[in-house]
Amino acid sequence: MTTLPLGPPPATQAARAVIPGRPVLLGRNTGDRLYRAVLTGLALSLPLLLVALVVELGASAWPAIRRFGFRFVWTSVWDPVAGVFGAAPMIFGTIASSLLALLFAVPLALGVAIYLTEFSPKWLRQPVAFLVELLAAIPSVVYGVWGIYVLIPFLRSYVVPPLRAVLGWTPFLQGVFYGNSLLAGGVILAIMIVPYIAAVSREVLLAVPSSQREAALGMGATRWEAVWTAVVPYGRAGLIGAVILGLGRALGETMAVTMLIGNRHDIGVSVLQPAYTMAAAIANEFSEATTDLYLSALFEVGLILFVITVAVNALARLMIWRVARGTAVGSRAL
Amino acid sequence: MSARRLRRRIVSGAMTAVVAVLSFVAVLALVLILGYLVAKGASSLDWSFFVKNPIPAGQSGGGVANAIVGTMIIVALAALIGLPIGIGTGLYLAEYGSGRLGWTVRFVADVLNGTPSIVVGIFAWTWLVRPMGHFSALSGSVALAVLMVPMIARTTEEMVRLVPHSLREAALALGYPRWRTSLRIIARTALAGILTGCLVGVARIAGETAPLLFTALGNLNFTTSILQPMQTLSLQIFTYGTGPFDEWHRLAWAAALVLMGLVLVLALAARWVVRSRHGAAR
Repeated sequence: MTTLPLGPPPATQAARAVIPGRPVLLGRNTGDRLYRAVLTGLALSLPLLLVALVVELGASAWPAIRRFGFRFVWTSVWDPVAGVFGAAPMIFGTIASSLLALLFAVPLALGVAIYLTEFSPKWLRQPVAFLVELLAAIPSVVYGVWGIYVLIPFLRSYVVPPLRAVLGWTPFLQGVFYGNSLLAGGVILAIMIVPYIAAVSREVLLAVPSSQREAALGMGATRWEAVWTAVVPYGRAGLIGAVILGLGRALGETMAVTMLIGNRHDIGVSVLQPAYTMAAAIANEFSEATTDLYLSALFEVGLILFVITVAVNALARLMIWRVARGTAVGSRAL
Repeated sequence: MSARRLRRRIVSGAMTAVVAVLSFVAVLALVLILGYLVAKGASSLDWSFFVKNPIPAGQSGGGVANAIVGTMIIVALAALIGLPIGIGTGLYLAEYGSGRLGWTVRFVADVLNGTPSIVVGIFAWTWLVRPMGHFSALSGSVALAVLMVPMIARTTEEMVRLVPHSLREAALALGYPRWRTSLRIIARTALAGILTGCLVGVARIAGETAPLLFTALGNLNFTTSILQPMQTLSLQIFTYGTGPFDEWHRLAWAAALVLMGLVLVLALAARWVVRSRHGAAR
C-alpha cells in the first residue's frame, strides 16, 4: 500500500531537511505504515463506490439501452403494457422545472449574497446567513407537505389569477390550473436551492480582494457601482459556478417535486400544467415495475439523471475552483 | 450636485434596498415554512402520538412510535457505517492527499456529493435488496451512509487542514510517530470541527426520503429488526401527506414538525459545538 506515488506532507519535508542523513526514521515505522494503509483503504472506498454505482446502474439499464438505443431519449411514448419506453417528457420536465427554479432562485440568492457581503450591518450578517442556510436543512418531504397544503392554495388564489390577467395570452400560461404543476414544482425547487446558491456566492464574494472595492470607491464609484462593476465581475466564474451547483441540486431533487409537479407524462410549455421529472418517475414507478424491461427502463432513467448531474456538478466545481481554489466551498450541507 | 451624480446615488440606494428586500424574502420563506409546521402540527402532538403505532386508515387517533424508533435505528446504523469511512477518508485527504490519488478521491467525493439521492436509492436496491430478496432497514442505512461519506470526508479534510503546522512540527520534534501525531494531536485539535461536520451530515440524512423508498420501504408495524422493512418519519410523512384522509394529513403535519425539530436540534448542536470550542471552524 505504501508504494503509492504520494508526496509527503510539508511537515515531513521540513523534518527531512533538518536531518538530511536519516530521512527513513520518519514515516517509516510499522505504526505509520499501518495508519497510512488503513486511511488509504478507507479513502479508496469512494472511487470504488463510484465505479460500483456506474457499473450497477449500467448493467441494470443495459436491456433497455440495447432495446431502444437513442430513441429512449427523444421519444415520448411510455407504455409499460406494450413494453415501449421513451423518456423525453421526463427529461424535458426535469430541465424545465430546474430552469424555472433558477429563474426565481438566482436573483433571490444573489441578492442575499450581495446584501450580506456588501451592505448589511455587521451584526445582521451571521444571523441572516444562518437563517437562509437553515432552508437547506428542511427535509425535502417537509417541503412537499408544505407545498401541497400551503404553496398550492396560495398560488391558486393570489398568484395565478393576476399572472393570467397580465400574461394570459402567452403559451406559458394556458390551460386549467389544478394546483400540481410545473409552476408549483419550480417554485418549491427555487426555495430549496436558494440556500446553496446563496452560501456559495457569499463565499465567492468574500474571496474577492477588498482592493477591488477600494479601487472602485476611490475612483468615485457609488457603493452599488463598486459592487456591480468591480466585485461581481471579479467573482463571475465563481458565481456562475454557484448557480450551476444550484442547478445540479434542482435536477436531482426528488420528493418535493414528486409531490407537487403532477406526474403527467407529457411535454407542454404551459407552466400551469402538470409535468414529470426523471427523479419523480423513479420514485413513483420503481415499485410498480412488473416487467424486467420496465425496471430496466427506469434504471436507464436513473443512469441518464446521474450522468447529467455529474456533468453539471463537475462543471460547477471547476468554475468555483477558479475563484476559491481547492477549498471545499459548497460541499457542506449547511 | 449634478443631475447625473444624483441619479447615480439614487440607483445605488435603490439597489441596496432591493438586495435587502430579497434577503428579507429568503428569511420570510423560512419563517413561513417553520410557522406553518408549528401552526398545523403542534396541536396534534400529544402522548399517544409518540407512543402509539398507526391504526387502520379511516379511524382517528394513533401515533407514529414505530416511525420515530425506525428513524433513530436507521440513522444510527447509517452513522455507524458512514462516519468511520468518512472521517478516515477526510484524514487521508488532509494527511496524504496531495498526490494523484488524493486528487481523485477529492473529485469523486464532490461528484458523489451532488448525486441525486434517488439514484443512490436504486443503487442500494440493486446492491442489497435484490440479492437479499426482501426490503430491509439495513439496506436503507447503507444508502444513507453512501450519501453521508463524501460530505463527512470533505468537511473533515477542511477542518484538519486548519490545524497549524507548528503543532505537527512540535509533536514530531518530540519524537511522536506520525500516526500518533495525526490522531492524538492533529485530529484531536480539529475535533470540534469534525464533530460539527458529523452532526450536520447526520442532520441531512435524517430527513432523507428518496433513498429509503425502495430499501427500508416503510412498515405499518413496530419493529426493531434491521433485516425487516422499517418505517421512518420521512416515509410516514410522504405516505400520509399524499394520502386521501384528513386524519392522515393531520398526522403528516405533526410528523413533519417532529422531523424538523430533530433536524434543527442536530443543526443547532453543530453550531453550538463550533462556538464552544476555540472556534476553529467558522
